[in-house]
Amino acid sequence: MRQQNKLKTRIDMAKIKSLADLRKMKEEAQSKIKLRENSDNPEQVVQIKVGMATCGIASGAKETMKYFVEELEQEAIDAVVTQTGCMGYCYAEPTVEVTLPKKEPVVFGDVKKEKAREIIDVYIKRGELIDGIIPMSFKTIDD
Amino acid sequence: MRTLSEHILDIVQNSVKAKATLIEIIVKEDFKNNLCSLIIKDNGCGMSKEILEQAANPFFTSRTTRKVGLGLSLLKQNAEASGGEFTLESELGVGTKLEATFQMSNMDKPPMGDIWETFYLTLLSYTEGELLYQHSTQKGKFSISSGELKEVLDGVSFQQKEIRDGIIELIKTNLEEIEATK
Repeated sequence: MRQQNKLKTRIDMAKIKSLADLRKMKEEAQSKIKLRENSDNPEQVVQIKVGMATCGIASGAKETMKYFVEELEQEAIDAVVTQTGCMGYCYAEPTVEVTLPKKEPVVFGDVKKEKAREIIDVYIKRGELIDGIIPMSFKTIDD
Repeated sequence: MRTLSEHILDIVQNSVKAKATLIEIIVKEDFKNNLCSLIIKDNGCGMSKEILEQAANPFFTSRTTRKVGLGLSLLKQNAEASGGEFTLESELGVGTKLEATFQMSNMDKPPMGDIWETFYLTLLSYTEGELLYQHSTQKGKFSISSGELKEVLDGVSFQQKEIRDGIIELIKTNLEEIEATK
């Protein structure tokens, strides 16, 4: 009987159905979640902007953004991943702007999963430049 | 665009750019009338009559980075190709409402796609206002908003793995519950 109860709780926990479930899950996971002080201070974290206008989405920017969110979390790299508009390089979508702490933003073109992997491994982790950079002179994209 | 979710991801950004503080994504499945409708409503800056008339024209855009604007025209095309309609209403200073309908049985109706990813990814970028998603079928209704999620999470980032999985599961479970069409 007790085992049955145990099993039942496990099943209940496995499916998150309501906001209350989500709250419970958050509280249970909170010890694992390190509250990142850095997130409030964007200058300290890697900033990634994925071009998500019509051209970007049609070229698979959604998968690219998802990949960055998942992989950076997996590797415990403090990063803020957001969407941005079209940078005018529709031929090279998906485009991604990466800003390392205290560095100028760099824009990469044709960023599918493989390229995203390379950006994380080589540019974000080691700071080395790789192929596929779109040369441009700008500060950042606001629109 | 292959799925309605991709269209939504795309179009919602028009609302973000219009500085909306409330964006509503409403999906209604009406099996009786064989109609699925997608409504995107915002309280952003709205459009003048002249711009509204041009909005679904692929060769019109308010951008300066390029000369075409395909977002609305692609959605219009998909709606009309699947026996539905596309309407756009807007008032300067009040907001914009878009409605695209699709015949549910029509082969050309794009599948819904991973709407949970669309909602989640939009959540990460749109921090200025409230994002609401509502889905209704003959089985019931599901709705979720960024405000209630923020309240539950109480400062914990949406980007945390457990939270991301939790939010996505919450949406998926509820959509299964109301038997939303995929």
